[in-house]
Amino acid sequence: MNRNLPDPFLTMRDVSKRYGGVRALEGVDFSCAKGQVHAVLGENGAGKSTLIKIIAGVVQPDSGAMALAGRPITFSGPAAANEAGIVCIFQELSLMPDLSVADNISIARPPRRFGLIDAKAQRRRAEELLAQIGCEDVNPLMRARDLPLSRRQMVEIAKAIGKRPQLLILDEATSALTSADVEKVYAMLARLKTAGVAILYISHRMHEIEALADVASVFRNGRHIETFARGERSNDEIVQLMIGREISAHFPPKPAPRALPPLLQIENLSWENRLDRISLTVGKGEIVGLGGLDGQGQKEFLLALFGVLRQVSGSVRVDGRPVPLSSPAAAKDPTVGIALVPEDRKTEGLMLPMSIADNLVIASLGNLSAGPFVDRVKEKAAIEAAVRRLKIKIGSASDEVSTLSGGNQQKVVIAKWLMTAPRVILLNDPTRGIDVGTKQELYRLLRELADQGAAIVFYSTDYDELIGSCDRVVILYDGRIVRELAGNAINEKNIIAASLNIAQTQAKGGAHV
Amino acid sequence: MSDAASTGRQARRNGSDLVLLLRQNAGLVTAVGLFCIVYFLYHLKHPKGFSTQVLVQNSNEIFSLAMLAMAQTVPVLMAGLDLSVGAVMTMVDCIASHTLQGSAWQIALGMVACLAAGTLAGFLNGCVVVYGRIQPIIATLATGAIYIGIALFLRPTPGGKLNEDLNWASTNSLEDFASTLGIFEDGKANWFQPIAWFPTSFVLLLLVALVVWVPFRRSVTGRTIYAVGSAEGAAYMSGLNISRAKLTAFTLAGFFAGVGGLFLAIQTSSGNADIPQAGSYTLNSIASVVIGGTSLLGGTGGAIGSIFGTCILRVISFNFRIFDIAPLLQPLFEGIVLLAAVSLGALGVLRVKNTLELFR
Repeated sequence: MNRNLPDPFLTMRDVSKRYGGVRALEGVDFSCAKGQVHAVLGENGAGKSTLIKIIAGVVQPDSGAMALAGRPITFSGPAAANEAGIVCIFQELSLMPDLSVADNISIARPPRRFGLIDAKAQRRRAEELLAQIGCEDVNPLMRARDLPLSRRQMVEIAKAIGKRPQLLILDEATSALTSADVEKVYAMLARLKTAGVAILYISHRMHEIEALADVASVFRNGRHIETFARGERSNDEIVQLMIGREISAHFPPKPAPRALPPLLQIENLSWENRLDRISLTVGKGEIVGLGGLDGQGQKEFLLALFGVLRQVSGSVRVDGRPVPLSSPAAAKDPTVGIALVPEDRKTEGLMLPMSIADNLVIASLGNLSAGPFVDRVKEKAAIEAAVRRLKIKIGSASDEVSTLSGGNQQKVVIAKWLMTAPRVILLNDPTRGIDVGTKQELYRLLRELADQGAAIVFYSTDYDELIGSCDRVVILYDGRIVRELAGNAINEKNIIAASLNIAQTQAKGGAHV
Repeated sequence: MSDAASTGRQARRNGSDLVLLLRQNAGLVTAVGLFCIVYFLYHLKHPKGFSTQVLVQNSNEIFSLAMLAMAQTVPVLMAGLDLSVGAVMTMVDCIASHTLQGSAWQIALGMVACLAAGTLAGFLNGCVVVYGRIQPIIATLATGAIYIGIALFLRPTPGGKLNEDLNWASTNSLEDFASTLGIFEDGKANWFQPIAWFPTSFVLLLLVALVVWVPFRRSVTGRTIYAVGSAEGAAYMSGLNISRAKLTAFTLAGFFAGVGGLFLAIQTSSGNADIPQAGSYTLNSIASVVIGGTSLLGGTGGAIGSIFGTCILRVISFNFRIFDIAPLLQPLFEGIVLLAAVSLGALGVLRVKNTLELFR
């Protein structure tokens, strides 16, 4: 085997993909070779997920060509990609919760006897595959549902290697694993590598990439920026390569740093293994940004504050009064006054088939009614005020809310919560999929609300937004706050470095050496 | 020595596997246990308890609904409902009242035609659901009305005359079955005696379950149905053929419903396009499935459990005949049993830690 000049196994030429108006990949040339671990790096929205979805046959590219071992290929779906030897372990688990581990591992091509599934052979196969990754403790007869998340992830890996891949893609596949399991997965990857399997590895953990990758490629804004071999680039250089978003919006001026009375006080908030003793104080009139790579617990943090999660430990106080954390209804109660602009406006933010008017007043019906009946006059006035305040572009308030553009829909969601007169406003990635003009209006609105005395916690996957509109930014990694940035320290380099937890990894390494 | 140790380990492992299987099939285990208790009480109290005559009568009353319950199970495993099973049964019943006459060959052909009609009806349901992309519940509500229409067209008024021997052979004990057909020395052969008292309809039920359901559950398509009901997205991402599974599920449901209709015709020796009966059979089939431990959310359970679900429903009504309870209370009791069964299945909700998931 020639390790210096391996022939490319998978090659992509000039591949592009757009989702609506958003370009996810633009003219990407990419290749990976057998017998190598190839890391793919990039910040949120850089195009990594789209890249692997195209390779795994989940989405089809708009243009460009792919070839496998020199032969041109197109995939109609994930099954066709599996057929060609490309197997992907996705972040969202692909296990069927009600089926047994053995069933799940051999779901696509079970061993058969007389045309029927051979349960014994299937069980043996599951035991063998689980043993290969050191998971002998998992009983193949258990249902996937009954396993803890880390074991499910291992079953997922066993399922993937059972398909005898020639190209194995791991998308954050180790995020839920214990460190002992991670070692076992490393050992398995080393074996597969020697056996000549091509491995694409997507991870946000720099130390994993340092330990595993032979080659790394950096993506930014849907483009392939650079590919380099192990050791050719330092961590600092990698961060520099990942930086470089185009500035696309203007932000209202930030007030000078000043002492603010605390309004939202959070102490040691923990939930399951997703949130780890988060403490944070947000002042009256302050905008605090939540940063970090996607899926580090930011969404759960906001849901916990809004009372959606059960068995949350720790304490939350608004204006000194403890918050019950029992339900959204309790959180929005005027004595607490928390509002959450949710992640998915189409399912959690709006009732799409209902009218704009109904959507606007749905959270504040209590204030607008006399006895059991809604006061029509008050309601009408409130709707008109909200439409004016947020400059929502509507024909008639009785139109279905689904007829509005994405940006105006998001304004309806925000207006709905402003009508409850909240003291604490939580926003979960509110600018996703909306136009630049509306974004700027939103930044101005947030600053205005803060100036009027609200405490705002703002999660965004867009670093520019955090930099431009927040008084402080806290970075989450693995469910805990790893860095707090304020003033001039809120810049792209610091945010990306903290998101990858680089500073801490180096400190750790130093401590060990 | 080490052999003995490993055998011991193996035995322990098998033991714990058994416990695991029982726990995973808690719904089925509960249904079987409940059935055994109520059925034992019934026989104790019945003046002719534990006699072939009572067994035959019970088994005949259970058969058609058990078939519909099996039919209903397959779509329910995919988190869909088939509201046409009662209609398919009624349609096949009416077809049978025309075709099950004449020579043995004609009757055999007639039976094949009945089963084919049921299967075809199920296949059409599947086509509407898969290719028309219509929700199963509304698709089968519509096709069910069509099948009832066909039944009414075939039998505007109750009637028809089926072969009497066929009725006699199918609705009594195996001994009567053998003597009608003139086999096994008219059912008097010595080796035949230990099973001669079995009700024929019970043996037929067992046969359909073992020959059709058990192998189907172990086929790739069968397991795909479970996978689709458990997590359709994950099933798709695993490269499974989802359309084929859905089509097969409804086709198989049509086949089972056809068997039910065929037996109903033989049992009553006539055909009757009875609309209320079709409706009550459909609703009872759903109740049977739930009592038998299959989740309406799909993914868990099976047709064997549904058979026991039917048995429980039916035995409740048997008990009303022999215990001195006002028969008008029967729906009330059936409702309570159903509610209890559904509540057991809903206990998992208490373990959900992200309440947002409850609304997805």
